[in-house]
Amino acid sequence: MMEAETAIVLLSAKVALAAILLALPPAFAVAWLLARRRFKGKGFVQAVVTLPLVLPPVVTGYGLLVLFGTQGPLGRLFEAAFGLTFAFRWTGAALAAGVMAFPLLVRPIRLSLEAVDRGLEEAAATLGASRLVVFLTVTLPLALPGVLAGAVLGFAKALGEFGATITFVSNIPGETQTLSLAIYALLQSPTGDTAALRLIIVSVLLALAAVLLSEWVARRLTERGGDGRA
Amino acid sequence: MGGLEVDITGKAGSFAISARFTAAPGVTALFGRSGAGKSTILKMIAGIMRPEEGRIVADGRVLFDAAAGINLPPRARGVGFVFQEDRLLPHLSVRRNLTYARWAGRRAGSRPLEEVVALLGLKPHLDRFPGTLSGGERQRVAIGRALLADPGILLMDEPLSSLDRQRRGEILPYLEAVAGETRIPVLYVSHETDEVARLADRVVAVEDGTAQVAGTPAEIIGFHRGEGDIPVSIVEGVVVDFDRRYGAASVDIGGVHIELSGVDLAEGAGLRLSVNASDVAIATTPHEGLSIRNQIPCTVEAVETAGTVADVLLRCGRQRLVARITARSASELGLAPERPVVALVKAISVASYSHAGKRHAT
Repeated sequence: MMEAETAIVLLSAKVALAAILLALPPAFAVAWLLARRRFKGKGFVQAVVTLPLVLPPVVTGYGLLVLFGTQGPLGRLFEAAFGLTFAFRWTGAALAAGVMAFPLLVRPIRLSLEAVDRGLEEAAATLGASRLVVFLTVTLPLALPGVLAGAVLGFAKALGEFGATITFVSNIPGETQTLSLAIYALLQSPTGDTAALRLIIVSVLLALAAVLLSEWVARRLTERGGDGRA
Repeated sequence: MGGLEVDITGKAGSFAISARFTAAPGVTALFGRSGAGKSTILKMIAGIMRPEEGRIVADGRVLFDAAAGINLPPRARGVGFVFQEDRLLPHLSVRRNLTYARWAGRRAGSRPLEEVVALLGLKPHLDRFPGTLSGGERQRVAIGRALLADPGILLMDEPLSSLDRQRRGEILPYLEAVAGETRIPVLYVSHETDEVARLADRVVAVEDGTAQVAGTPAEIIGFHRGEGDIPVSIVEGVVVDFDRRYGAASVDIGGVHIELSGVDLAEGAGLRLSVNASDVAIATTPHEGLSIRNQIPCTVEAVETAGTVADVLLRCGRQRLVARITARSASELGLAPERPVVALVKAISVASYSHAGKRHAT
């Protein structure tokens, strides 16, 4: 039984990690657009980004099934281009978790980008730095705490994602059965209560560890910068 | 090394800006009230804001030319910019901030870091972070960072305005050191008369977005107001006699002698004096038996009355003075242009700066 539980935890971690790595670059790009650019339809983009947060997860999962299923247009495209399939596979679970975590990633990154003093970027430009170098040496380091906060929040969300995952890729032990899905399955069986409790404790500990880690890293980052002590 | 030529018009929001002046190597002050457009002009030169029309040329290099479609980005303009707020990068150490232009901006490092660190007294702070420095220390780092960017022009936007009086007093000597050694044009924006009197070789008056009148500090200050309510006159002179017993110096300000107290000076030293308009009184005839030592014959140039006070603009030989008296006195004395009068200046109220002497005495 212990071995099965370890496998479930490892699968969940793999799915959540893949989800965050997948979602982080586009989330940063969208956060940048929302924080720094004025364009027509900004409100619409904002709404679409928030959608996974407010839609019933089952609906999001169904949408993924339609788009990324074996017969879906994007599903076919990915299979033809990269040989990558999502339906009933752990990659699909990662995709579902990534989509569900997306709004949670965008918000803190956007807020931290908005908080970066544009005057510092101006100063860096007068010192000869190109836009890319200004981004890498000023904007990104100053926005890092927000990126980190977003990543941890998104990771926790991905770890616990349930509705969209079960709708899109079902509940297949060893392939798509992450922590939440395993707990759900165990609670359905008359003899699964103890095993479910063990998994519940594991998931609580994992979430706690993730939050503590992010707090610690954020503190390290701000300490180095100092905060106005004269 | 060549100078800076500015001839631009533009807008900051709905506020119209028009600037035409040149700046040779040395310190040129852009002087005027807050909101007059001084900072905007500086930002246009740095490329942070875009003028609508005109040209900006530095040392023969075109930075901006509306007609030719040239508008170099800030990074390519070769300027050093010291902002009102220090704008140090909070996540980098003092050393990394100072050398930012070299490792991030790819500017050539023709000037040794140690030299600038020594000039600004930053040695003990190199490994600290900006958040742990005092306001004055931070601004010194900001000045050093701009100097180390190998600038062809140094732009300073009221670098002392965010500091309290004591901190300003601590930084001014460093700014004087920078001004004294510089071989590039330095544009120094300020509304503070004393800063301009201490630092500037030339002054460009900025009023209502227009910067076109230029001259020596003596010609501009007092006639173009800074921030303070009371106008200040700047007078250039040479020490002709120094009485050690009373600590009294006699200064020739162009045919007329003025006495100062409490300064330790050698004969022949050049001086720049600043006189508050409220410390200047006016008499229609010379007086005997007064404690006021300085009685300077002048003629009235103009009388500007505003409410209960009148500012009387005086020409005294080659110098100009402003006297602030009550509107009633001005009227009762019958002050009008061309009228000869005597300006009474208390020796003790005159502030002197040796800056001008170091540079202009022959």
